[in-house]
Amino acid sequence: MLLIRCPVCEMDRPELEFRYGGEAHVARPLDPSSVSDQDWAEYLYFRSNPRGVHAERWRHTSGCGRFFNAIRHTVTDRILATYKAGEPKPDLATLTGETGR
Amino acid sequence: MTQPFRTAAGGHVDRARAIPFTFDGKSYTGHAGDTLASALLANGVALMGRSFKYHRPRGVLGAGAEEPNALVSVSRGGGRFTPNLRATQVELYEGLVAESQNRWPSLAVDVGEVNNLVPPGVFSAGFYYKTFMAPAGAWKGVYEPFIRKAAGLGVVPREPDPDHYTHRYAFCDVLVVGAGAAGLAAALAASEGGARVIVADENPAMGGGLLDEPDLAIDGQPAAAWAAQAVATLVARTNVTLLTRTQAFGYYAQNFVGLAQRLTDHLAALPAHAPRERMWKLRAGRVVLATGAIEQPLVFPDNDRPGIMLAGAARTYLNRYGVKPGDHAVVFTVDDSGYAAALDLARAGVAIAAVVDVRPEPGEAAALAANAAALRVLSASVITGTSGRLRVSGAEIGKVGPDGTVRPVERIACDCVLMAGGWVPAVHLFSQSRGKLRFDDARGIYLPGEPAQAQLSVGACNGAFGIAAALAEGFAAGGAGAAPAVSGEIAPMGGGFQGAVPHHRDPQKVKAFVDFQNDVTAKDIRLAVREGFRSIEHVKRYTTNGMATDQGKTSNMNGLAIAAGALDKPVPQVGLTTFRAPYTPVTFGSFAGHSRDHLFDPVRKTATHAWAQANGAVFEDVGLWKRAWYFPKPGETMHAAVARECRTVRDTGGVFDASTLGKIEVVGPDAAEFMNRLYTNPWTKLEPGRCRYGLMLNEQGFVIDDGVIGRLAPDRFHVTTTTGGAPRVLAHMEDYLQTEFTDLKVWLTSTTEQWAVIAVQGPNARRVLQPLVDGIDISREAMPHMSLREGRICGVPTRLFRVSFTGELGFEVNVPADHGLAAWEAIWAESQRYGMAAYGTESMHVLRAEKGFIIVGQETDGTVTPNDLGLDWAIGKLKPDFVGKRSLTRPDMLKADRKQLVGLLTADPAAVLEEGAQITAEATPIRGRPALGHVTSSYASPAAGRSIAMALVAGGRARMGETVFIPMPAGPIAAQVCEPIFHDKDGSRLDG
Repeated sequence: MLLIRCPVCEMDRPELEFRYGGEAHVARPLDPSSVSDQDWAEYLYFRSNPRGVHAERWRHTSGCGRFFNAIRHTVTDRILATYKAGEPKPDLATLTGETGR
Repeated sequence: MTQPFRTAAGGHVDRARAIPFTFDGKSYTGHAGDTLASALLANGVALMGRSFKYHRPRGVLGAGAEEPNALVSVSRGGGRFTPNLRATQVELYEGLVAESQNRWPSLAVDVGEVNNLVPPGVFSAGFYYKTFMAPAGAWKGVYEPFIRKAAGLGVVPREPDPDHYTHRYAFCDVLVVGAGAAGLAAALAASEGGARVIVADENPAMGGGLLDEPDLAIDGQPAAAWAAQAVATLVARTNVTLLTRTQAFGYYAQNFVGLAQRLTDHLAALPAHAPRERMWKLRAGRVVLATGAIEQPLVFPDNDRPGIMLAGAARTYLNRYGVKPGDHAVVFTVDDSGYAAALDLARAGVAIAAVVDVRPEPGEAAALAANAAALRVLSASVITGTSGRLRVSGAEIGKVGPDGTVRPVERIACDCVLMAGGWVPAVHLFSQSRGKLRFDDARGIYLPGEPAQAQLSVGACNGAFGIAAALAEGFAAGGAGAAPAVSGEIAPMGGGFQGAVPHHRDPQKVKAFVDFQNDVTAKDIRLAVREGFRSIEHVKRYTTNGMATDQGKTSNMNGLAIAAGALDKPVPQVGLTTFRAPYTPVTFGSFAGHSRDHLFDPVRKTATHAWAQANGAVFEDVGLWKRAWYFPKPGETMHAAVARECRTVRDTGGVFDASTLGKIEVVGPDAAEFMNRLYTNPWTKLEPGRCRYGLMLNEQGFVIDDGVIGRLAPDRFHVTTTTGGAPRVLAHMEDYLQTEFTDLKVWLTSTTEQWAVIAVQGPNARRVLQPLVDGIDISREAMPHMSLREGRICGVPTRLFRVSFTGELGFEVNVPADHGLAAWEAIWAESQRYGMAAYGTESMHVLRAEKGFIIVGQETDGTVTPNDLGLDWAIGKLKPDFVGKRSLTRPDMLKADRKQLVGLLTADPAAVLEEGAQITAEATPIRGRPALGHVTSSYASPAAGRSIAMALVAGGRARMGETVFIPMPAGPIAAQVCEPIFHDKDGSRLDG
């Protein structure tokens, strides 16, 4: 079971308190009616699904209830950073450098 | 002396205490401290099981967790029955009742043994795949019963488990797994400075290999005494927790380790109310793995007869339990550890007929010691076969020539053969922790490489073989100075020879076992390679090597080496199978813990639960809720009760507990705009005091929830959701509010538990409520359909909705949940003046279906749009945007052949369709042609006087009047497509 740091509560809490929310930084178009069918399908259904570092949404369901974002390595499950929703994605190169591996 | 193979002295068993037990119904006696395996060996019982495929007689191979052969069932009565236990780990207690497995009628005379005589090839590699291919129909009648009968493991317990199991979450600075030399050393050093240390060991006593070394001295003390002193030191430290009988079975992310602790299985008398096992969910700052090494068997023809065991196991039986493995031993070794066993046994009075050493020369220390003890050493020699049926009686010896060919030399009579095939580090937990293994070419073993977590491997599991090396690594890992001095050790070198032993015999006619538990032979693995399998993962699955309950602890490396040889590749290039949790089997009870029976899930009950119970309600589970399903009168069937309830509601009225509806309060200056974006309907112009049916879509445009929503004030909405949908809807709302529509000032609060909801439906509904309300005008003119009033009822505050899910005049009375029962009782008393009925969820379903009202999750399945349901009227077409709107105009959403909601009337009005049944255009479905759709709801309708059904049918709205078919086992049922409404089409009854 992962320990996840909630950036709102500022605490490491067990994975059981959280709910996964899919890829982060997939913004809903501001004016959906002007988006082409193809682009809308991309928005709805297509995700990057990387083997490696992934920015993803989590919600502290059994805690503060807030959505936030995490940078997780999909191979090692290592969570490199968590940050509040709305904050910019951290620089991945810096992150991976900082943690050594 | 009733235990012929018990030594006169020595070992750590309590010889003063005789422990009676039975095995296969026969009575024996052992000593306190014995395992079942050591006690049986002491009694001269070598035969302990039958093998899986060939039903070959088998004895014990090992002395611990690695044991593949001696699996037994232990029965304590009263439902306490555990199959597939390793006899080597079953502690003896007074009155233990153990049974062997996979034999009939008895262990010595087993009919299944004929499998051993069938021609070579029938049970060879992949026999499952080859034998059970065709014809397809034969699977159920022929193959499956055969496999089930032949599958040679224990039987499943039949009775409920009366024991209970517990879980504990724990944290520590350092977890030490394994309390042998390395583990004790690491624990001593790590705990010195006050760090919180937990030590877990699978055995009843700590010390590991230190307990098997009579000649070895640590700082001048006997090894076992040093271990006892180390344990005493640790026990005295308050920062140390010692867990015996505790298997670290799984190593997960961030140093999360699962420990399974056996608490009562070793006790003769079970303490009342004590849990049987405790699962530790442990988070450690640092983990020190000191899991040791597992000795490997040698793969030679007929290497599986009872009496043939690992040399290290024989040392354990002798030194820990005071049990001789036999009287005349042949030791077959590839490294010096075989000599250590031979020397111990010789001193205990076992005649060592020969030490057969694969190597041209033994190690220096071993050679000297063997010479001193006058052991007969046959170098560059192998065992090429054995004899004896229920116990080994002799070994065939061959001499390996310089060219590698084997020449038969002699037969040596013996009653046990000890195999010292080299030691393989137990890297299971390290590998589970996602650490990468590296291959040590010189010794031919896999070792831990770079750890993936805050973790260190020490001792034999790290390739540091022998007590001296293990102590040194253990103390270093714990951060302490020098390790104590060790003398008198013959240390194993690890690795050594792997793969099949060469022999001169026809390889097609001999069985040299690699995996003892799954009966996989060297021939099977070579066959798999010949048939084209290249990856060891595929070879493993095809041959089932390493896939039994022992997970290949004694077979994976030999299998890998044989495959590598057959492929003519170095071992590391063939790959390594994955080590998965659990290390040894863990009971389901342990995983379940207290989560069983009434503690499995919370139970949610409404305020009127006790009333419903007292009035004969039958309940159904809806999510976690207990809901009144129907209220049968004495002797009434469900069908009759529901028909009566439905008729009564439409004739006079009924009362229904709707408290389980999800409720969310949406509040804030932007509440209406938020509702506009989350629901398809327009909300801006809805006046306070009015309600509207709301439809919620996901972004893909599919219906995910619905419910009546009332506006209490310009900035306040009372939202209701489906019973099961409440948490999902709130999460959906929060998601958009927090991450997309962050400009909106809105607060969301779940109020499901705050309100009890009493639906009063039927022509007399208003008359029932009239005398109970205070300050609310509920007249037809003042409170029209789909309106909402706040005031008081039965003396308590209410939010009173005028809504109908039955098509009749109806109200839903919301009162604070604490007043729910009192309000219900008052309303019920009043309703009795009109002869009204309490009705349950089944009647609610029938009544709404008669009106064609959908239930999300019944008429919808996550692929249904508002248009599919005929609910386009609920869409605010002028709104620029709402969640799901853009998707409604995607090309797939506009296709004419989408499945649409329709009604179905069966040709036979008495035929009630099965919900979920497929619908076809033809009476006899045409192979390969998809069904038109399926039945979503179906009931016998009292109002319609016949059966009714709703269905999703491709292009359904264009099929009105067409006949479709519902193919069933008893024949197709014809039905006509119609509008999905069966009662009061013009809605005239809404006003009573």
